[in-house]
Amino acid sequence: MARDMSDKEILKMELEQLKKEVSTPRTPVGANCAETIAFVEGLLPNDPLIKGVPDDKNPYKGDKGGCIIT
Amino acid sequence: MRSPLTPEMATQEVQLNETLAHLKTESETLKTKLEEERAKLHDVELHQVAEKVEGLGQFVMKTRRTLKGHGNKVLCMDWCKDKRRIVSSSQDGKVIVWDAFTTNKEHAVTMPCTWVMACAYAPSGCAVACGGLDNKCSVYPLSLDKNENLAAKKKSVAMHTNYLSACSFTNSDMQILTSSGDGTCALWDVESGQLLQSFHGHAADVLCLDLAPSETGNTFVSGGCDKKANVWDMRSGQCIQSFETHESDINSVRYYPSGDAFASGSDDATCRLYDLRADREVAIYSKESIIFGVSSVDFSLSGRLLFGGYNDYTINVWDVLKGTRVSILFGHENRVSTLRVSPDGTAFCTGSWDHTLRIWA
Repeated sequence: MARDMSDKEILKMELEQLKKEVSTPRTPVGANCAETIAFVEGLLPNDPLIKGVPDDKNPYKGDKGGCIIT
Repeated sequence: MRSPLTPEMATQEVQLNETLAHLKTESETLKTKLEEERAKLHDVELHQVAEKVEGLGQFVMKTRRTLKGHGNKVLCMDWCKDKRRIVSSSQDGKVIVWDAFTTNKEHAVTMPCTWVMACAYAPSGCAVACGGLDNKCSVYPLSLDKNENLAAKKKSVAMHTNYLSACSFTNSDMQILTSSGDGTCALWDVESGQLLQSFHGHAADVLCLDLAPSETGNTFVSGGCDKKANVWDMRSGQCIQSFETHESDINSVRYYPSGDAFASGSDDATCRLYDLRADREVAIYSKESIIFGVSSVDFSLSGRLLFGGYNDYTINVWDVLKGTRVSILFGHENRVSTLRVSPDGTAFCTGSWDHTLRIWA
């Protein structure tokens, strides 16, 4: 547990981790951002918080649930 | 005051200091190397690539429901997969299950401790998990019989050596992932309470975690008081990637809907987006006028909007691609402590220190 470790042990742990991370495979930001944008544009028309939902289909707009007494 | 050193102790102490200093220098060298590797691929900014994307229109998001019933600060909430039920937990020790459409309370449990900082709904909708200052995560099966005493069926699953900060079921009701003030995360089997895997790597309290969307595999991200966000492999227990660009505690982490990125919210008043394939931070969501910490973040269904709950009682809505703020929402009368978008994206829920929860749409 981090709280019980000495400074030296924490540093060693960080060092081990850094050694692994330096050789992680990476791809350019530009390509990944383009993919992210394509992903968002694909889903955008169906995003209820952006496009809105017609009031009759939206459970939160209009009256709260309740009983109709006849 | 130091006691007088013998020659042997003096030599040992010098050796110890050399080792510490040596470790520190090696660490600094590697960190620089890591930054250089990452910078090589930093060819462009996200908002630059997004310049051609159509801007978003005006937003009208209002409080549609207010859930009142907690006697003290609301600390955490989670949606049920049925998109209408919500579980929330509070400083007063109560865990309440609500129907968000009607605002009715369906179940209430009193925990033996105060400050229930974490709660989660099981994927089946038949149980909830919660915990906090009791250092445990307990699972309560939800009964259809309103008169049944839920507390009697409680099952203690996780045991940490410090407070429970977050919990989440994995794809099934059978496993729970937890994070704790003791600096670790852990994966538990619900039925037996057995520890399946533990995750060591944070140098201080772990405050939050989020599981990758199930299609993208067995990883999760955690954020902590050491300002780091770590991505973990659930099977091996290894930390795969680590990001340290925030300037203060990371209070919230959330995977992007595609699973290729995640956002974080921090006490340094910024939200940031990290791309996992590029292995770096690709966007910062901040304004000079925003000086209070972010407690909780979540994405809209498409990933175009990022909602942040702040300690200045507001919710800021960000355009993820362009990096600009599109809306600021007022309503809560104290810190927003938790925020989640509903599973179908039609609304989001916030919990606050003002004792209430609000549904926004």
